[in-house]
Amino acid sequence: MSLECGVFHTRYESDMGLRPRPMQRIRLAVFAVFVLVFPFVAGTYWLDLANQIAIATVGAIGLNILVGYTGQISLGQGAFMAIGAYTAGLLTLNAGLPWGVSIALACVLTSLAGTFFGLPSLRLKGLYLAIATLAAQEIVEWAMTHWTAVTGGTEAIVLPAPSLFGVRLNSTFAFYWFGVLMAAGTALFAANLFRTRMGRAFVAVRDQDIAASVIGVNLFRTKLLAFATSSFFVGLAGAMIAYYRTIITWERFTLETSIVYLAMIIVGGLGSIRGSFFGAALITLLPALITNAGRALQDTAPMVANLLPYAQQAVFGVVIILFLVFEPKGLSKLWGNVKDYFHVWPFAYRRG
Amino acid sequence: MDVFLQLTVSGLSTGMVYALAAAGFVVIYKASDVINFAQGDLLLIGTYLVFFAVAQAGLPWSLGVLVTVLLAVAVALAIERLVLRPLIGEPIISMIMVTIGLSSILRAAVNAIWGPAPRSFESFLPAGDVALGPVMLSTGRLLSIPIALAVLAALWLFFRHTRDGIAMRAIADDQQAALSMGISIPRVFGVAWGLAAASAAIGGIMLAGIVGVSPNVASIGLRVFPVVILGGLDSIRGAVTGGAIIGLLEVYTGGYVGRGLSLVVPYVVLVLVLMVRPYGLFGKEIIERV
Repeated sequence: MSLECGVFHTRYESDMGLRPRPMQRIRLAVFAVFVLVFPFVAGTYWLDLANQIAIATVGAIGLNILVGYTGQISLGQGAFMAIGAYTAGLLTLNAGLPWGVSIALACVLTSLAGTFFGLPSLRLKGLYLAIATLAAQEIVEWAMTHWTAVTGGTEAIVLPAPSLFGVRLNSTFAFYWFGVLMAAGTALFAANLFRTRMGRAFVAVRDQDIAASVIGVNLFRTKLLAFATSSFFVGLAGAMIAYYRTIITWERFTLETSIVYLAMIIVGGLGSIRGSFFGAALITLLPALITNAGRALQDTAPMVANLLPYAQQAVFGVVIILFLVFEPKGLSKLWGNVKDYFHVWPFAYRRG
Repeated sequence: MDVFLQLTVSGLSTGMVYALAAAGFVVIYKASDVINFAQGDLLLIGTYLVFFAVAQAGLPWSLGVLVTVLLAVAVALAIERLVLRPLIGEPIISMIMVTIGLSSILRAAVNAIWGPAPRSFESFLPAGDVALGPVMLSTGRLLSIPIALAVLAALWLFFRHTRDGIAMRAIADDQQAALSMGISIPRVFGVAWGLAAASAAIGGIMLAGIVGVSPNVASIGLRVFPVVILGGLDSIRGAVTGGAIIGLLEVYTGGYVGRGLSLVVPYVVLVLVLMVRPYGLFGKEIIERV
């Protein structure tokens, strides 16, 4: 392992590579080995958490494309996930489509719905857009619970278990591989997206929309594309939940869901793909860790166990606020700091 | 006709609670450009503090209300100083998320202290009905309307005639010019949060009297958005008008069309207003456009 003292590209291929530096490749390899070994070591409980993280990563990357990279605030994440989940489920139940096709169609339909709800973004900015998406969320939520003919109202929809080559895909072990594949695919797509003209246009719209339109970015097209791309993955996350649980209930797709996903990308880092993963992992693990801590304390302090649900809620709020006040760039920035420190370690020539 | 009257009274009294919450929202937005998603939780705090002061600590009503408002203001000042002030000038998304985080904490605190079950206690608003011709109307709801209007009028007078109120309008108008005239921005932000909390606490106290004490009170926080968008984000008059319209619309659709529909009507109105007249009925016509 050679020490790095700078990055010298001698070929165009290495200059354009996603992870050109040796250390980056080593870290990726270590992570890949961990991901491959994990399901054979971990029990069902941790595997289930890993699956939730995989789904959340897909959703968080989708939301981050819209909020973090394009700067369009959306409180409608839960609604889009609902559209993905219900479409995927109902297409299989009512039209008899195979689950893979349903999921693909669900992504496309969510993408279209996202584009439709994105239309106000052409006229509204910032907080007005946030409030418009809040209204969209409330209206979709209402439709989920009251449009009984289609969604079954407040009753849950039960799906047949998806299977691939005779393997039931919704077992924690089998779904793990599907989840990892989807999360990795989404991350790879997003990483490449922001190296294209379209992706750069997203960022330009976020940073200074007027300047972007002056240098030839079509705001109308770009914003709608951002909504479409983002909702595609959000719909995928929704459809994944539907097939992982094989049960669809409206409670999974409320405004609270939107908020949880926003928290993921805030805590992880706005406009960062690895941040989306970090945030998804932290926000998914946090309640589980608190529950475990509470169980451990149950014998010594029984009072604590009763306060657990409130502790989870409070910690959720505290984590958001602490990150916003002390590290607005999120876990992604913290990880960057660690990497920078070890970049030329032990020959650091400056502190901090 | 009697159903219509009952619905109207019920709609107006609910609408006035919305208006009180919305007025607090407007004050904070006007002064500091913060979109407060924790407005419903300020109502919640008001509701539970008055329950604590009157039912649990046994204070008389007048004193209980005073204590509630003072405590709510203290909480809001602490929030402003500890959480909001470090974030002055951050992007909108941070502001939204920080108030959402606050809302989460406040709700957890209330639930942890008082438990999730609804509580009941004797209201300071008289319980019975009053006969208006052939129609029986709830006295409590009827009385809550003038009380709310008085509070809102006081808020309006504050903006017109006191030094702090005028300073707040100056900051909303042009922050730099206000600074150069020697107006202390932190002080004004503090006053704004204090006022918002006081207004919301009074709304919460009224709710405690009308519908009872329960954690569901916080959900009214979301109803603030249709109200303020309809009325105009920076207008107290708008908050009152918007509150009344949304409150009435809700009970009318609930009463004449169907209960389910009343939940979604405010948001449909919100979308329509955003499409046609995004600055609302009384808002300033300067809105960020693309």
